[in-house]
Amino acid sequence: MGASNFVEGVDLAFKVIFGIGIFFLVGITTVMIFFVIRYRKSKHPKAEQIHDNNVLEVTWTLIPLILALLMFYYGYVAFSPMRNAPKDAYEITVIGKMWVWAFEYPGGKQSPDLVVPLNKPVKCNLVSYDVIHSLYIPAFRIKEDVVPGKNNFLWFIPEQLGEYDILCSVYCGLRHSFMEAKVKVVPEAEFNTWLAALPSNSGEPEGLTILKRNACTGCHSLDGSKIVSTSFKGLYGKEEKVITNGTERTVLVDDAYIKTSVYDPNKDVVVGYQKGIMKTYNGIIKEDELPKIIDYLKSLK
Amino acid sequence: MTAENIHHPEPSYLEYRGKYKGLLGWLTTTDHKRIGLMYMYAMMVFFIVGVILGELMRLELFRPGQQFYGPQVYNGLFTLHGIIMIFTVVIPGLAAVFGNFAMPIMIGAKDVAFPRLNLFSWYLFILGAAIALSSQFMGDGPPDTGWTFYAPYSVTTHTNVIAAVLGAFVLGFSSILTGLNFIVTIHRLRAPGMTFFKMPLFPWAVYATAWIQVLATPIVGITLLMIIAERTLRIGFFDPNLGGDPVLYQHLFWIYSHPAVYIMILPAMGVVTEIIPTFSQRRVFGYKAIALSSMAIAFVGYFVWAHHMFTSGMSSTARWIFSLLTFLVAVPSAIKVFNWVTTMYKGSIDVKPPFLYSLGFIFLFMIGGLTGLSLGSLATNIHVHDTAYVVAHFHYIVFGGVGFAFFAALHYWYPKMYGRMYNFKLANIAFVFLFAGFNLLYFPQFIIGLMGMPRRYFDYLPQFTFGMQLSFYGGILLAIGLVLMLYNLFQKNGAKAPANPWGGSTLEWTIPSPPPVENFDVMPEMGPDEEPYDYK
Repeated sequence: MGASNFVEGVDLAFKVIFGIGIFFLVGITTVMIFFVIRYRKSKHPKAEQIHDNNVLEVTWTLIPLILALLMFYYGYVAFSPMRNAPKDAYEITVIGKMWVWAFEYPGGKQSPDLVVPLNKPVKCNLVSYDVIHSLYIPAFRIKEDVVPGKNNFLWFIPEQLGEYDILCSVYCGLRHSFMEAKVKVVPEAEFNTWLAALPSNSGEPEGLTILKRNACTGCHSLDGSKIVSTSFKGLYGKEEKVITNGTERTVLVDDAYIKTSVYDPNKDVVVGYQKGIMKTYNGIIKEDELPKIIDYLKSLK
Repeated sequence: MTAENIHHPEPSYLEYRGKYKGLLGWLTTTDHKRIGLMYMYAMMVFFIVGVILGELMRLELFRPGQQFYGPQVYNGLFTLHGIIMIFTVVIPGLAAVFGNFAMPIMIGAKDVAFPRLNLFSWYLFILGAAIALSSQFMGDGPPDTGWTFYAPYSVTTHTNVIAAVLGAFVLGFSSILTGLNFIVTIHRLRAPGMTFFKMPLFPWAVYATAWIQVLATPIVGITLLMIIAERTLRIGFFDPNLGGDPVLYQHLFWIYSHPAVYIMILPAMGVVTEIIPTFSQRRVFGYKAIALSSMAIAFVGYFVWAHHMFTSGMSSTARWIFSLLTFLVAVPSAIKVFNWVTTMYKGSIDVKPPFLYSLGFIFLFMIGGLTGLSLGSLATNIHVHDTAYVVAHFHYIVFGGVGFAFFAALHYWYPKMYGRMYNFKLANIAFVFLFAGFNLLYFPQFIIGLMGMPRRYFDYLPQFTFGMQLSFYGGILLAIGLVLMLYNLFQKNGAKAPANPWGGSTLEWTIPSPPPVENFDVMPEMGPDEEPYDYK
């Protein structure tokens, strides 16, 4: 039994296709090497001119055709259920952002890892606000692209307890390869306890919740370390050297600067950092959320 | 066919002096043979750059975590490696080099139909490559989108995407004009009596390729212009923030880029179809089946593009239809392999370097093709889509297939090109390094792909380390093989090559090595009873 309900079908399709493939590879290679040795010039100085044989041509057109249809069939039957999620599946919204996954449970509770109950169908609705990502869980043999503007989904039934890797498989920019998370398959009772304990905004400052929800913390650390961009720690009230339209100047990090940085991030770029990595959050972070972010940043001394 | 062309008073195309001499003589030439060589020299430079970029990536990937440079550099490296290798090496590839050098001679023509247009195509090629490479040095940094330029990332990144895209656009025009030229040449300039079904099979492959170049390339041109319009004029085609659809971009991109794979591989198959009969001294088995399978691949190849998008959120119906069509395109490739191997049956086989490289091609191409089946099948595709498995499959087809066929063609026509032989022993040693290095480099990528290693990863999980290190060592062996092979061919001090060093049956072996400027003294003809590959 595999880690999900799809493992068996997918692995069977692999076995059928690899089996046919290895048979032909070994068979043809052996025949080829045999001919090269058996009919080498020193042993077989005069070639025989053999004429075309239509029966042979038709045979080796039809046999690969039949095998191709067979392989198609195995792939299709294992794939087809992947597109039919049961109506009663437990729905989780998966948000892919450059370069963090977030898993949103009913009631708006978010978790950095995907925790799911054993043997229950789970449907992931895939949402992206920036570029294309792809939710890939190798152990479950499933993957679907997270395309902005599209309502893609994937579903599965986890059939084994344990922790499995989640990866992003569509290239999404600078920290694509760091966009990882875990699936944690737990017994249903444990899942319910975990979900109940998952804080709706975890008692953390509202500003921090907003920052996390928008994956700001994927690039801006909270502890002074450098991930991709400047750390949020001690940022508010600091003087920063920035480049505006190609000229260097010094600005005070205040409410106005933070607003510019959120809505027009490439206008004033701090010296030493690269322009263009951050996108505008216009329409994503609302104006009334800004004061909460600013309050939180002020608290990060 | 006449063999009276051997003793020839005209100077060879290498020595010929027209209006200009030296380098200028080459840069203003309209001789298809010289233009073929000029493509080859340019591509050789790009290829070496591409190989170095690839080795730099393998070096960084030797261990997980950051070793020598950061993720932005890595993302730029795989983008540039892809752009150079795809657009400036394998797409022009065998068609531009050997389609130019050998095809007109093989059909008994003095040149291509439009020699000046042919030179213009070469200049477009150089211009397009120069624009694409300029993206590295101008604007806000090297592009970091991957060679596929997927929207909306390519629309939002501030790196210099436009130059790279514009370069690809210009390169596309070069490809279209070359295709057009070859189609007209094959229709109009065949030797008297040489009907389509008496034409050698390399020209057949070039013919099928040319149709793809003419019909598919404009679509990528339009797509690339749409990206430029979206980035500069903010017209929403692909970016959902502007009301566009990112999946539309993928459709348009792959409608060209999948047939482009056949632009690369068809001439490669064509070359191998020439080499096997020559070194088996036997008529090719299944002439019509091979000729028509080239056309079948070119035709069906148009209808399989969306297998690059099985995880994009397309409807299930679209997914199974494209999966079925993908399996159909596997059949004509299988037919070719069966006919090649049967051509060796009861032949008189002489394993010279071109034949050895062709055997390598058949083996590697089979692995590439057979692993492609699990990418065409839906359930298995979902698991290995966008993983190292795809990287391995693709390189088995494009390097193991197109690359080894290119090396085979080079060793086959080298005596005709330069009028000199080369060192067989060294060519065989180079082959051993190339073959072993290639498999060691790419085979582990199948395994780690199956284990779930995504592609385009700067950093990776610890379980993939062993596979990555094998690949690194493979990369070193491969590089040694390349150096040995190129060193051998650059010598140009071998024995003088006779007109027909291999006992080939096609027309290029009836004229001196190197050929005179206008190829034929006496125009060749084919009688009604003559057949191609007629070994008596």
